[in-house]
Amino acid sequence: MDSLTGTAALVRLALRRDRILLPACVAAFVIMVTFSASATVALYPTVESRIQAAASINSMTSLVALYGRIYDETSLGAVAMIKMGGLGAAMVAVLALFTIVRHTRSEEETGRLELLGAGVVGRRAPLTAALVVAVGTSLMLGALTAAALIAIELPVAGSIAFGLSWASIGVAFAAVASVTAQLTRSARTASGIAVATLGVVYVLRAIGDTSLGVAAWLTWLSPIGWGQQLRPFAGERWWVLALPLIFTAAVIALGYALAARRDLGAGLLPDRPGPAAAGARLASPLGLAWRLQRGVLLAWSAAFALLGAVFGGIAANVGDIFTSPESRAMIEALGGKAGIIDAFISAELGFLGIFAAAYGVQASLRLHSEEEALRAEPVLAAAVTRLRWAGSHIGIAVAGTAWLLVLSGLTAGAALAVQSNDAANVSRVLTGAVVQLPAACVITGVVVILFGLVPRAASWAWAVLIACVLAGELGALLELPSFVLDLSPFAHVPRVPAAEITAAPLLGLGAVAVTLVAAGLVGFRRRDVG
Amino acid sequence: MDTPVVVSGLKKSFGATRALDGLNLEVRRGEVHGFLGPNGSGKSTTIRILLGLLRADGGTASLLDGDPWRDVTRLHRRLAYVPGDVVLWPGLTGGETIDLLGRLRGGLNASRRADLVERFQLDTTKRARAYSKGNRQKVALIAALASDVELLILDEPTAGLDPLMEAAFRECITEERGNGRTVLLSSHILTEVEALSDRVTIIREGRSVESGSLGELRHLMRVSLSAEIKGSPAGLQDMPGVHGARVEGSRLSCEVDPEHLNAVLQRLTTVGVTGLVCQPPTLEQLFLRHYREGESSGTRAAGRSPSGSEG
Repeated sequence: MDSLTGTAALVRLALRRDRILLPACVAAFVIMVTFSASATVALYPTVESRIQAAASINSMTSLVALYGRIYDETSLGAVAMIKMGGLGAAMVAVLALFTIVRHTRSEEETGRLELLGAGVVGRRAPLTAALVVAVGTSLMLGALTAAALIAIELPVAGSIAFGLSWASIGVAFAAVASVTAQLTRSARTASGIAVATLGVVYVLRAIGDTSLGVAAWLTWLSPIGWGQQLRPFAGERWWVLALPLIFTAAVIALGYALAARRDLGAGLLPDRPGPAAAGARLASPLGLAWRLQRGVLLAWSAAFALLGAVFGGIAANVGDIFTSPESRAMIEALGGKAGIIDAFISAELGFLGIFAAAYGVQASLRLHSEEEALRAEPVLAAAVTRLRWAGSHIGIAVAGTAWLLVLSGLTAGAALAVQSNDAANVSRVLTGAVVQLPAACVITGVVVILFGLVPRAASWAWAVLIACVLAGELGALLELPSFVLDLSPFAHVPRVPAAEITAAPLLGLGAVAVTLVAAGLVGFRRRDVG
Repeated sequence: MDTPVVVSGLKKSFGATRALDGLNLEVRRGEVHGFLGPNGSGKSTTIRILLGLLRADGGTASLLDGDPWRDVTRLHRRLAYVPGDVVLWPGLTGGETIDLLGRLRGGLNASRRADLVERFQLDTTKRARAYSKGNRQKVALIAALASDVELLILDEPTAGLDPLMEAAFRECITEERGNGRTVLLSSHILTEVEALSDRVTIIREGRSVESGSLGELRHLMRVSLSAEIKGSPAGLQDMPGVHGARVEGSRLSCEVDPEHLNAVLQRLTTVGVTGLVCQPPTLEQLFLRHYREGESSGTRAAGRSPSGSEG
């Protein structure tokens, strides 16, 4: 077909550009799944210990909402893979959708596709090439994951089913991104819509799984739900694979249909004319940074407000789940029902701290992307010092992180206060959220120091954040030495409200964050720009 | 204070690549200074050092009597810059971008802005992502020209403009000179520099190879002469200062060193002339001569062409 001419060349180009990125991501996933599985295997050697662990996870609404349900409490694989089946699958989806947008809409937005399009390249070739790369990556990731699980002696059928569940979710979101990439001119918006879609289907699954049968059908509307309903290691139901296959085929067909209806460079959603003159606030580097970042912050704000309310709402019910005499005794030991709620809400606030740090990384990396795109140059060529320009983006990153923590702390506290009829909960939960700020700012500091000293490596701040999260989540399982665990700033955050608030670690984290930012700014003032 | 830009012996390397290798540049107050060189010869690197974006490895650069690396904001209030590769914020409209860039510099002249938008026929309500290269260029030009500054630094400003807009641009630059502003105009478009500049600096491989007013540079160059003659131009080829003479029927063409032009013309009138065209060298010829000399010397250095004869 003429419309596909040049696909092979474009695939080679994409693989050349991503020759480090894609293999590194695939390797990271396989390593993560291997470590996580083998650590769990060591942790629950007996059937009894597995049943106990699985039962407690299944009885916690919040954990079921976050991870999904364990469908066979005796199965080692099902217990070991519970975190990877839900959250891990979502990360696979993110990899697939960014791969598609990177090789379609980003190329189009920067005008590079035009250069290629003038060569011998068919109309459908760019989208097809991106799909080949993203689908190929998903399948490769699934195959290697299955092989890794088989290698650590988990059941073969379950391992293959798990690999397929990840691959199917990757492929499904490659398809979703092939549609969103057609909608707008902006690659950022295209990825944003695809990520939002992922968020919606994740929440659909969470509601379906925790509705105790009332709205279980919601799970079946979600590609993430399909991956779990394939039930790896828990009596595999292979027919479920038909759902992602049909979904993917239909959505890709829609993507091609939309692509055929629009011009190169254009979107389906029209650009509206904007103001012919700038408003009064667009008059400083800070005004510009705010204009560039406000949309992203608004989206994060909505997510944090919702997440806080969900966490707070769930926390109020945690104490009711434990009804057996043994667990009652445990609850008493922890300080009664209130103690359980506090322990739970502290753990959830820890998650919010990590998410807030992720916002900080995204917001402060704007420095790097603005410089890379040569958009820092016209600002710095005006009467703007480097410190003022960099400070405006860092300021928004830090203030935005603080705002998100306050917002989610308020919604979580309010939700808990309403259900427990105790208004004091608002300030206690809010405090627990705000104490996350210094740790999150340390990660922002990592971005700034990389940006100032080794700008090409700025995006590695994401790897630092992921390493800190993994250290916190898996470090205890892997029995890592405590000095390694202590490298993560999140390890030093006081577990408020379960524990007392202590000033020393907060001040220490704050000092580290300030030092990192200052060192980065000094480096940035001394180096070449662009 | 009469030389807003003084650069001498400027050096800058990026890793193993030597971008500037002892560059000299002097821009006098109130002049339009053409900064001419092929792609990759170091024009943009020089400008970015003058803007304090890059730090020089060696040599000195002074801008408006200040240090371009240290006195950033003080100097930048007095200049406006149009980059060679104009990248704008995709979500901002052209009008917003013009206002923003002007305000960051310390203010815009509102009536000049309106006038320039009119002259460059820019739709200021469009988002930058919808603009073509030429329109992005217009946004940057309007923002620069509408600022009340002493010095304009323009890096290949007309790339992407259509001929009509290019004419509008030339008109604006001529006006700016009339208003006493100093312009540093980097370009590889010879006709543009020739039409606008008072003085020119030609650079190649990070080094200035020629500098002066167009008149001074022309003085160095041979005049192209072609004549319709009645008789035989016997011996003309051998006269001092005559190069590449060719005769086709009654038509003679050659190049003549300016100091020998008088003698050549006298000889021609003794033969009898029915038509005569005498042209000063275009910047193109000037430029090509430098380029070709460099090439042939480079070739000789590499030992590929022992004879070293080219054209």
